[in-house]
Amino acid sequence: MIMSLHAPSRRELLLASGTLFAWAYLPKIARAEGRDPRFLVIVLRGALDGLAAVAPVSDPDWIALRGDKAITLEGKTPALPLDSFFALNAAMPNLSRMYKAGAATIVHATATPYRERSHFDGQDVLESGLGRPGAIDTGWLNRALAALQPDGRARGGREAFAVGPIAPLVVRGPAPVLSWTPRRLPATSEDTLSRLLDLYRHTDPVLSRALEERIGLVTIARAGGMDEQQPRAPGANQVRAYFADSAGTAAKFLARSDGPRVGALAFDGWDTHADEGVIAGRLANLLGALDGALAAIETSMQEAWRETVVAVVTEFGRTARINGTDGTDHGTATVTFLVGGALNGGRVVADWPGLKPNRLHEGRDLKPTTDLRAVLKGVLRDHLRVDESTLASKVFPDSAAVKPMPGLLRQA
Amino acid sequence: MALDPKAEAALALHRFGFGPRPGAIAGLAGDPRGALIAELDRAGAGRLDSPDLLSSAIAARTALQFQQAQRAARRAERARREANAGNPPGDMKAEEQTPPPAARPPGPAVPQQIYLDEAKARIHAALGAEIGFAERLVWFWSNHFCVSADKGGVRPICGAYEREAIRRNVLGRFGDMLLAAESHPAMLIYLDNARSIGPDSFAGLRQKRGLNENLAREILELHTLGVRSVYTQEDVTNFANVITGWTVIGFRQDPMRAGEFVFNPNMHQPAAQTVVGKHYPDKGMEQGRAVLAALARHPATARHVCTKLARHFVADEPAPALVERLTKRFLDTQGDLKEMAKTLVTSPEAWMAPSAKLKRPGEWIIGSFRAVGVTPPEIGPVMQAHNLLGEPIWRPSAPKGFPDESAPWLDGLAQRLDIANQLARRVGEQVNVREVFEETLGPLASADTRQAIARAESRQQALALLFMAPEFQRR
Repeated sequence: MIMSLHAPSRRELLLASGTLFAWAYLPKIARAEGRDPRFLVIVLRGALDGLAAVAPVSDPDWIALRGDKAITLEGKTPALPLDSFFALNAAMPNLSRMYKAGAATIVHATATPYRERSHFDGQDVLESGLGRPGAIDTGWLNRALAALQPDGRARGGREAFAVGPIAPLVVRGPAPVLSWTPRRLPATSEDTLSRLLDLYRHTDPVLSRALEERIGLVTIARAGGMDEQQPRAPGANQVRAYFADSAGTAAKFLARSDGPRVGALAFDGWDTHADEGVIAGRLANLLGALDGALAAIETSMQEAWRETVVAVVTEFGRTARINGTDGTDHGTATVTFLVGGALNGGRVVADWPGLKPNRLHEGRDLKPTTDLRAVLKGVLRDHLRVDESTLASKVFPDSAAVKPMPGLLRQA
Repeated sequence: MALDPKAEAALALHRFGFGPRPGAIAGLAGDPRGALIAELDRAGAGRLDSPDLLSSAIAARTALQFQQAQRAARRAERARREANAGNPPGDMKAEEQTPPPAARPPGPAVPQQIYLDEAKARIHAALGAEIGFAERLVWFWSNHFCVSADKGGVRPICGAYEREAIRRNVLGRFGDMLLAAESHPAMLIYLDNARSIGPDSFAGLRQKRGLNENLAREILELHTLGVRSVYTQEDVTNFANVITGWTVIGFRQDPMRAGEFVFNPNMHQPAAQTVVGKHYPDKGMEQGRAVLAALARHPATARHVCTKLARHFVADEPAPALVERLTKRFLDTQGDLKEMAKTLVTSPEAWMAPSAKLKRPGEWIIGSFRAVGVTPPEIGPVMQAHNLLGEPIWRPSAPKGFPDESAPWLDGLAQRLDIANQLARRVGEQVNVREVFEETLGPLASADTRQAIARAESRQQALALLFMAPEFQRR
């Protein structure tokens, strides 16, 4: 895909999916310091398998835990080394490059305060910033922005840009939101399709047959009369283009001198219960698409890249072990990516809990050792200059005990 | 199968209405049959009156005037080009003398705009209905007496046709609806009767043109007695002669009354006719009225339309006892359509049939928006969804209308998934999926469906699965 490097037109604005904030709320204090920080949050819906994205290749229990689904530094598709302990999934060469350039920090074994395993509730906690799920209609990113002093450039009427019904929860709230609706939404994901087929197979053979025929499922006849039906190859290129388009367009907006400074996007498809495809397949494709999105942001940000932080977060992790269908079930701790030229990067931050059975959370999940809120607070405080008491009361209520992670940002 | 009150309320909404809106199941749970009947008893039930919508005659004339202006503009443009042909390019003098005509304002042409306004009003009526039983009856009868916007001249008046011929009679008598439909300009144009001329009429003797059997045949085959029933080819021909002269006033004839129905005695076959065993002396237009009145009372008509009604609402192969009861009621009440609708929803068979019918595309699209309590801001994507799923509004491919059986609609299932996915992506962030699930499917959903939705990886995915769940597709 060719990315053109100009300010986005209205048409491009309509092309991507996501949300940015209107002008009125800009990080005034940071600007007073002569900086013009940009912050973009990418929510991965469905729960990213953190161990498949960033693997503890030197942990003695790693291979035993994942067997032939473990990514390693050897083999046909060797992982990309990060330090002496961790390695990155080979599907993410751009992130590896940014990491080496000091523009990426990886925080492992992170989790929100949520300890159950429901996607909706987990996403609510992740995006609301509250300690538990419940009826909430504002997100932490919006409340962080609302707490900042409006910048002198604020103009009446800009709030009119707050349109569109699809803003993710993380950006909903009192601060005016500029969101746009994609003209071309991504096609139905392979995952949604296979879940629906599974439901039909159990409940409605007629609908099952009709859908299978219509989507042109390939029937692979097996010897002995055993037929196994495999879905068509997933639209990996489509997903890739969609991720890159959305992220690139958001970045073009943030890069503009008169544009918004904070935004959020959501990408889904990460709920990999079966045939996870860590090395080649579904997860590898998704990680590759995410990698492309990060590269598109870097390119589109141009000069503003060195003032940029992108946080890639997900509601929870997945089981440490592989399940009975070559996938992973809902778990607890996972990995968080911070990417951008403003970071003091090139490091993996982890209080590594270990992978021995007695070290796993409830005997099954990677144990959380870093509160995700500490990471986000660190960025909000040192990048956007949201003050600590606001962070502990308004942005992440009742979180005074969770201290902002220091040293994430490059010293200006 | 005995249903608990909530399941019965949910079934009432899905089977006889446009699907639950938030709170509807609880509202109906005491007495779903009573609620369905109460909707029919409400003043103005089935009507759609808006000062913004044009009558058929005015719509037709507005469209005709637009087309006249277009033709005039094209003629002027041709003349201008010819006048300028001899002058070298850039000859300012010539350009000034005959400037190009003002371009038509952007946007849809007038007939299309009228069609879109009507479709929007229809969609909003379905979205806003409490249950939607009366609207569903309108859709059913409108499809029974269908016209097509794709036939020249029908596009600007197909919406008015539905309001004037179908809605006005949807809870009245079948015979009145039959007469209103067959004498409406939209039907007369759609099935060519406007041009049909009695061979021995004044016009027939002067012109080479003559009889067109199209409308007469479809009235017998589709609208009343039913195919392969009690009529013969001779009946078709005789009936076609009866209704010669039922036509529409043309623009050249009378620009002030163009587009209105007229009985033109100069086109009418001046002869007595026998239709399905009855003799009709020639009394001008009265002859046709009398044939339609007899057809409306005929037992074959009763059986035909009652079978179709039961098939549409209840099952592809409806229980014979249900069809019997409806037919008897039809004959006992001289085709009282409100009584038929009441009989339908008070018949045990109408509730006992398993939910095996696939919702028609329009029902399903409207039901999806209702489930999440969202009114689409623009009509375009809703129309587009109808088109993609094979049920373009007021554009059936044949006079038989869109099929009432499930099988033909199975083909569009993959497209339904795409539309479900798009809608879920647009509204999924804004809704509480658990609530939407309980409010629309809760009492009807299988454990598998419940689990699939609960385990979805995102609200959007959960919502797409909800729209595609067998219990939401079928009724």
